[in-house]
Amino acid sequence: MSAIDVRAAITRAHQQEWARVVAALTRRFGDLDIAEEAAAEAYATAVERWPADGVPPNPGAWLTTTAHRKAIDRIRRESKRDDKQKEAQLMYVDEPPEPLGAIDDDRLRLIFTCCHPALAMETRVALTLRMVGGLTVPEIARAFLVQETAMERRITRAKAKIKDARIPYRVPGAEDLPVRISGVLAVLFLVFNEGYLATGAGTDPVRHDLTAEAIRLTRLIRALMPADGEVVGLLALMLLTEARRTARVSASGELVTLDEQDRGAWDPVLIAEGHRLVRERIAARVAPGRYQILAAISAVHTSARDVRDTDWSQVVALYNQLVRLDPSPIVALNRAIAVAELDGPEVALAAVDRLGDPLAGYHAYHATRADLLRRVGRSRQSREAYDRAIELARNTAEIAYLTRRRDQLG
Amino acid sequence: MQYLLSVIFDAADLATDDEMAAIDVFNDRLQAEGHWVFAGGLGVPDTATVIDNRGGEALFTDGPFLESKEFLAGFWIIEAPDLDVALKLAAEGSKACNRKVEVRPFL
Repeated sequence: MSAIDVRAAITRAHQQEWARVVAALTRRFGDLDIAEEAAAEAYATAVERWPADGVPPNPGAWLTTTAHRKAIDRIRRESKRDDKQKEAQLMYVDEPPEPLGAIDDDRLRLIFTCCHPALAMETRVALTLRMVGGLTVPEIARAFLVQETAMERRITRAKAKIKDARIPYRVPGAEDLPVRISGVLAVLFLVFNEGYLATGAGTDPVRHDLTAEAIRLTRLIRALMPADGEVVGLLALMLLTEARRTARVSASGELVTLDEQDRGAWDPVLIAEGHRLVRERIAARVAPGRYQILAAISAVHTSARDVRDTDWSQVVALYNQLVRLDPSPIVALNRAIAVAELDGPEVALAAVDRLGDPLAGYHAYHATRADLLRRVGRSRQSREAYDRAIELARNTAEIAYLTRRRDQLG
Repeated sequence: MQYLLSVIFDAADLATDDEMAAIDVFNDRLQAEGHWVFAGGLGVPDTATVIDNRGGEALFTDGPFLESKEFLAGFWIIEAPDLDVALKLAAEGSKACNRKVEVRPFL
């Protein structure tokens, strides 16, 4: 096997098996720290050994076994420092391993533990990326534009809280599940959005590594909880958004809005899968949640071959449904954008102007207003709104787009 | 595992009769279900005295160690197998006494 093949096998094993290995170790040792460090050591050993010994027939089992040995070594080393608790852990480890069937539940337990509501939202995101996604601390720090040491501290603190406050390593019971799964989905959606609209002057406007990771983790949740409609909705939403990724930024690094995108550049495979998932939810005839409605809106957009064919009345109807679930000003703003296409920019502008107070610091509010003001011929006010939007925007492609639109005003 | 449920409040008002009745129901439940360890209400921060005897001589200071709008008004110490159970009980405790509750594990 060539060195490239071995490297590909290690990468694949990392993507597919990391969460499984960490989850299995967490169950056996009851400690996220030990699980994570032992898993990392097992992968380091694979990098050393597989090029010489060849890739084992079952990489997942090899990694789990190796990580188990590393964990036991670590506990033995540390228990020499007279730690009775560690010795006790070692006794517990001598039990025979549980049957493999429990492993999938393990990963789900790991996700729910990392997304526990007693942790701050940004901590949940960081911990999920580390423990479930297998991203390194420097990678996570880069993604969220914070210092590595700060991210390391945040993750360490979270692991200490899980241990000391005894956040349970389990999937919540049926009564708590709907509330808790929504937190998990919010984490995954945050990861995806940070990838899709990356912030910061030095970063790529679209971070495919983050969008891909969010999709991969959402697929994992879907495989583990196939009956949850919102999981399907979120996956569909991500796929339909990801399908437009390459058409969304021009060669010169400028944002290309939905109406100007080259629809031929959209990924037909992702669109087909997203549409299939949306249809699956419609067929289920269960009142849809937020992600399912957003996915349905995205499905309407991606069904139109040309922006002129877009079924705007359908889009507005879906937004009306969404407003009933989530009467937030941001949803109202997005609804107004669709209303502009259906009833004209004046009607939309009246609706947008009512949102000035809550959304004064939100760049998309000013960008939307700027566009509507331009369309009704109020150039001077439009320019002011563009200025404000540019000031508040953090995505480089979006800033480039808004600047050009402003400069095109007569 | 034991948790401290601290009752956080920002006024010197004592619990109303309705609140007291709800707290009694909650306390009975903690006892019936085996979560009860200890509980108590505290005097207002004005009644506090801080002692610092780290130097040669004990120093007494009138008032709480921290001047803040919110203060510790009372507490429960409960027994719970994990944080999820403690959080559930804390949520009910907060409803019963009509005040904020902080949950912290004992080491």
